Amino acid sequence: MNATSSLLTVSNMTVDYLGERTVHAVKDVSIELGRGEILGLAGESGCGKSTFAYAINQLLRPPAMITGGTVVFHDQGGEDIDVLALENKALRRYRWDKVSMVFQGAMNSLNPVMSVGAQMSDVFRTHRPEMNRSQRRDRSVELLELVSVDANRFGSYAHELSGGMRQRVMIAMALALGPQLMIMDEPTTALDVVVQRGILQEIMRLRTELNFAVIFITHDLPMLLEISDRIAIMRAGEIVESGTAEDIFFAAQHPYTRTLLNSFPSLTGERGDFIRSGASLGSVEV
Amino acid sequence: MQILRKLGFYVVALFAAVTLNFAIPRMLPGNPVDILLGKLAIQGPVAPATRHSLELLFGSDTTGSIWQQYGDYLKAISTGGFGISVTYFPTPVITVIGQALPWTLALVGLATFITFVLGISIGTFAGWKRGTWIDSIIPATTILQSVPYFWLALVLVYFLSVGAGLFPLSGGYDVRNTSPGLDGQFLSSALYYGFLPALTIVISSIGGWILGMRNMMVSTLSEDYVMTAEAKGLSPMRVMITYAARTAVLPSVAGFAISLGFVVGGSLIMEQVFSYPGIGNAFLLAVQNNDYALMQGLFLVITLAVLGANLLVDLLYVFIDPRTRARG
Amino acid sequence: MPEPINPESVDLLAAGPDARVAKGGGDSLRRLLTPKFVVGAVIVVAIVLFGIIVPFFTQNPRAIDNVGLTPPSAEHLLGTTQVGQDVFAQLAHATRGSLIIGVLVGALTLMLSALFGTLGAYIGGVTDEAFSLFTNVMLVIPGLPLIIVIQSYVPKKSIFLVILVLALTGWAGGARVLRAQTLSLRGRDYVLAARVAGEKRWRIIFVEILPNLLPVMSSGFVFSIIFAILAEAGLSFIGIGATGALTWGTMLANAQNGQALLFGGWWWFVPPGLMIALLGAGLSMINFSIDEVINPKLRTVNVAKLVKEAATA
Repeated sequence: MNATSSLLTVSNMTVDYLGERTVHAVKDVSIELGRGEILGLAGESGCGKSTFAYAINQLLRPPAMITGGTVVFHDQGGEDIDVLALENKALRRYRWDKVSMVFQGAMNSLNPVMSVGAQMSDVFRTHRPEMNRSQRRDRSVELLELVSVDANRFGSYAHELSGGMRQRVMIAMALALGPQLMIMDEPTTALDVVVQRGILQEIMRLRTELNFAVIFITHDLPMLLEISDRIAIMRAGEIVESGTAEDIFFAAQHPYTRTLLNSFPSLTGERGDFIRSGASLGSVEV
Repeated sequence: MQILRKLGFYVVALFAAVTLNFAIPRMLPGNPVDILLGKLAIQGPVAPATRHSLELLFGSDTTGSIWQQYGDYLKAISTGGFGISVTYFPTPVITVIGQALPWTLALVGLATFITFVLGISIGTFAGWKRGTWIDSIIPATTILQSVPYFWLALVLVYFLSVGAGLFPLSGGYDVRNTSPGLDGQFLSSALYYGFLPALTIVISSIGGWILGMRNMMVSTLSEDYVMTAEAKGLSPMRVMITYAARTAVLPSVAGFAISLGFVVGGSLIMEQVFSYPGIGNAFLLAVQNNDYALMQGLFLVITLAVLGANLLVDLLYVFIDPRTRARG
Repeated sequence: MPEPINPESVDLLAAGPDARVAKGGGDSLRRLLTPKFVVGAVIVVAIVLFGIIVPFFTQNPRAIDNVGLTPPSAEHLLGTTQVGQDVFAQLAHATRGSLIIGVLVGALTLMLSALFGTLGAYIGGVTDEAFSLFTNVMLVIPGLPLIIVIQSYVPKKSIFLVILVLALTGWAGGARVLRAQTLSLRGRDYVLAARVAGEKRWRIIFVEILPNLLPVMSSGFVFSIIFAILAEAGLSFIGIGATGALTWGTMLANAQNGQALLFGGWWWFVPPGLMIALLGAGLSMINFSIDEVINPKLRTVNVAKLVKEAATA
């Protein structure tokens, strides 16, 4: 991948949780993300994928600490930004403008005592101070409609919206400043499958329109196979395999990847096949 | 709908307090009417109307059924018929209350407000900077909290008044040089005299607010929406205040009722220490003189004030927490 | 005044929908033993021992002498009162008196708040509504004035009256917290499972619910002790405490009446107040530690310390 079409370069990222027993949550992970590319990050709970995502954005909190590695953001204006070296004002300017995030479980990601609209306007107030109140409102409403949320929801509170709607609001908020990269941490896990599909369609449509890159974190490998350009499989803090979606599906190299692929029941084939044939995890040596 | 429910609750509470006031003298041993009549008789012959009002307030064996007495009592109370005060004879109780009330409202009200604002601010800051040296002020405020109001008051008096002569030892204002009125001289004198009592209230109750707010801040700061706010690149001030403190302050407001009860209780005694001419001082004087009429009247007024304050705070809470509007 | 536990901050749910206190509770016990807890516990135990053991070795606290108000000396460790009584002896006996009041009020208050809070919430329905209304009304009527009113009508004030009155006016706060917790526990999966399995009601309360309320109850108990001692001190100070008893409160009252401060007799006035503050501080620290066990979000991490440790590791 040549330098001009690369958006994000993460090299040798290491994250430890300090304490009585230091836990190495992320071990020497490197990824290269292209512009407008969808990278899927899959793995079981606790494998370090969320920690990794937070680390890229300097969102880790004690006792978690980045103990090694660099993150370089290749801005479309040509500049290379050393993300981990950013501090205070520079970091705040970078955040949401270049890279935004959609977190897991939007119920808790939205401030319960502020209206949804106010939270969206907040972003503009901080990053686009030249906008006045009605401009902020108009733009926020535009974004809401972009994700198929009704304009009159501007003044609603989080508890007045359904789970799917809240997640759409989160996505709208994440799009507000036209970021080049959106990191999504299990955005649909807490939703039922029908709503999940709607959200995914929304994301894909928006991406086609606005062409941002996505790092999509989930444990749902089949979903990633559907939507990702490339997939990286994480286990115990390390990337055990990465490649295009086709490569992973048809020619998985690593035993763990194969185990993961086989762990999802298929909608076709004989009943009972899944239970009878699946190899027990204990027999996989990694 | 919510508001009606709350109003209803406070009406019930008021009724309960009034009924308690009615029932307690009648249930406990001791004969308040005779004691009072005895004291009043020292000052001169007791008019039948006075005797009648005392019996209304405290009970007698002769007139009507208990329900009839209750009804008469309620009627008397609602027209301000609290009787004559022994301590301030021959002033009617209602007048005594009217004179003392503004002092206490001003002192306790202002001091509580200052304590609340200061305490919440410090608590917010302490919670924001959790895990740093600021956490070590917690043990200090703990000790302060456990100190009895009046002991602290006396120690302050000892050092700042008797010792250094900085502040007056007692009273509400300089009785020799000024008199009550809305002029600068009186007000500044009142502020000067009110400083030590107010300081006592602030020092001994601020610990609770600081701690409560700090704990809620620490708790709130681990919430996802705070992380989202940080990820959005909002300024730390904005995150601390609009996202964290705004939600963290809610339990403190909700717990205001309990706090107010303690502040009122403590300020009673503190007024006595400073001979401050407020409700608390009058209340305690009444207790010491077995001036039951004055005591009962003051108890009702104190309860009314506390209930009123609580009602206001309760209504305020409905406004600041949008989630309560959804629940039925 | 020390702050009671806030129902909102106690979140047994934080540990997950199936959370329950393990029958052994070993992990919680280990988490409890922080420096804060140890300091608080040491202070409390020291004061308790002082109150139990020392009175056997002191002079008679009520023996008067005509030396009058004297400062601390070899003979009188904390000086004498204005009628020549040994202050140190008084302090030791007063510790006993105050502690007895504190513990008894704490116990009574606990029982009352468990009755109105837990039982009411568990039974549910009209009982719960009624108990809850009663609790809230009792909570909102100002406590100390009510206590003073009741005390003033009784001519002969015994220590038991004081204990009873304090308990009767102080249970409402704890009841509210317990009710909130019981309501949340009632809907837990394992309680529902027990009900479906047909366990008797009282057995469910004692075996499934009460053990999980233990942290909240112990915190409430500690708080009641502080409240009782402070309230009794206040009552004695204004002259309507237990007549004839020797407590920290009566010592303060006597000191005030004997014009201790005016004559510079700080050794009479300061120690009782200081003891109250110390005991209160110790008990509060224990309370905080319990709070931190119940609410995991309160456990803070010292960043600077961690980084230093990591660098030297």
